[in-house]
Amino acid sequence: MSRAKSEKIDLLRMILGWFVGILMAFPVFWMALAAFKTEQDAASIPPKLFFSPTLENFVAMNERVDYVRHAWNSIVVSASSTLIAIALAAPAAYVMAFYATKSTRKLMLWMLSIRFMPAVGVLIPIYLILVHFNLIDTKFALIVITCLSNLPIIVWMLYSYFKEVPVEILEAARMDGARPLRQLRYLLIPLTAPGFASTALLGVILAWNEAFWCINITATEAGTLALAIASFANSEGQFWAKLSAASLASVGPIFIFGWITQRQLVRGLTFGAVK
Amino acid sequence: MKMMNTSTIHNKSKSPRSKQKIRVWPLLLPSVSVLAIWAVVPLVLTIWYSFQNYNLQAPPAVFGGLINFEFLFTDGDLPVVVMNTLVMVFGPMLITVILGLAFATLYDGPFPGRSIARLLVITPFFVMPTVAALVWKNLFFHPVWGLLAWAEKLVGLEPIDWFSSHPMLAIIIIVSWLWTPFSTLILLTALQSLDREQIEAARMDGAKSVSRFIYVVLPHLRRPVAVLLMLETIFFLSTYAEIYVTTMGGPGAATTNIPFYIFSRALMGFDVGLASAAGIFAILIANIVAFFFVRNLSEQL
Repeated sequence: MSRAKSEKIDLLRMILGWFVGILMAFPVFWMALAAFKTEQDAASIPPKLFFSPTLENFVAMNERVDYVRHAWNSIVVSASSTLIAIALAAPAAYVMAFYATKSTRKLMLWMLSIRFMPAVGVLIPIYLILVHFNLIDTKFALIVITCLSNLPIIVWMLYSYFKEVPVEILEAARMDGARPLRQLRYLLIPLTAPGFASTALLGVILAWNEAFWCINITATEAGTLALAIASFANSEGQFWAKLSAASLASVGPIFIFGWITQRQLVRGLTFGAVK
Repeated sequence: MKMMNTSTIHNKSKSPRSKQKIRVWPLLLPSVSVLAIWAVVPLVLTIWYSFQNYNLQAPPAVFGGLINFEFLFTDGDLPVVVMNTLVMVFGPMLITVILGLAFATLYDGPFPGRSIARLLVITPFFVMPTVAALVWKNLFFHPVWGLLAWAEKLVGLEPIDWFSSHPMLAIIIIVSWLWTPFSTLILLTALQSLDREQIEAARMDGAKSVSRFIYVVLPHLRRPVAVLLMLETIFFLSTYAEIYVTTMGGPGAATTNIPFYIFSRALMGFDVGLASAAGIFAILIANIVAFFFVRNLSEQL
């Protein structure tokens, strides 16, 4: 291939690459812009790219949907469901990675198949159980459900990180008589800290964005941000700027997490089927 | 389930001390037991309720035999609902796979600022579904103040009222926008694991870029694409939030899929029995898909 031609391809690739990137991110950019507009500017025709920014939407959205309470619920639910899931998953992943038997594979597939069960199929009994125990609209119920539905993915991710640890390192610890939980605490966690971190981030992202259970079993008391945003669906009057402000404030934290962990995210969601 | 109670570490070391025996079950039990409960109890209850004639507004529940299934399969909406579900699975799937392939090929080659452009492409994936749907509905699809209405008027077209004239298409666009980053990431990761020397060799043999793509790249992508199709089927089968905040399943039943059908029968119609029967139906469909997925996946574990 001639050099000039190859340079032309590179230029084309650059133009297209940036065009596609900007196009895909545009709705988020436009939303972020609207968050700082007045309601009049947000609904103006023709659309305004330049305007005098205001922060009043962020105050107004809190009055409208009680943002702070829902944000707190989101933080509590995603953090605690992820922590509990990791605490449950780590010992199991340890056994599967270092004491593999013939049934390990079956066990893993069984766990994954649970993840594939459609939530809507079990909505009714879970709803009725929660009603029976007076647990509707509690953070506790949402934490338990989120934790359980993310548990298979978290076991899987920790397992695949553990597999990368050379067995010889554990051998040494075993020689010194360290029991499994000590090995986990003093060897595996430090050794696979980046793995633990990205597993945790994935868990938080999944929990943060989860909408199905949140909409169906929580209301104003324990609802997360997904529910707060959903409440805009039936809004009357001018609310776009406030909607945008609430949206930006809800997806902002996750963007930062997501951008850091984009690679691991694929690994977690495809269960390592794509390296 | 048959699992060994103890296990020894398989290693090549001859030292007897390193063959530490540990009790495996205490470590496995916490997660296995909670998952077993989570997997079995609600499912059994759903099956139980599906045979009950039970409306929350008219308790108590009485045994109804197959009445719920009979009602489900004679419900005039069901064919529409099943059709909608299929369209909502295969529409976004087609779009995300084609765009994903195109984008992955694009970002596989180097260019200035590639990592930033790639980050921009991935951005929609982190937007929660409720936010994505509401932003699209109000800021883009709105027939009067939406950005698309403005663009349509600019080129002299009559603005489209997306959610009343093309509600399904609107939802497909939203779902595809959310999930194209995922397919792009998967296929890009797969492309980058492709052996460069193989492509070089094909090039040396005089293969044109098109035939290199067809004979070298595509076969390499077969498995990732299969994984992608399975995962997307499972995710798209449970599309819910995007419908909830935009059309509420309407107009009529035009955008009601199986999850939304169950939601409207159960939580709005209070019909526990019918909703459970529909739940069993949903689980069956997902299991058929999961069967193929697990079979495909188990080859690479």
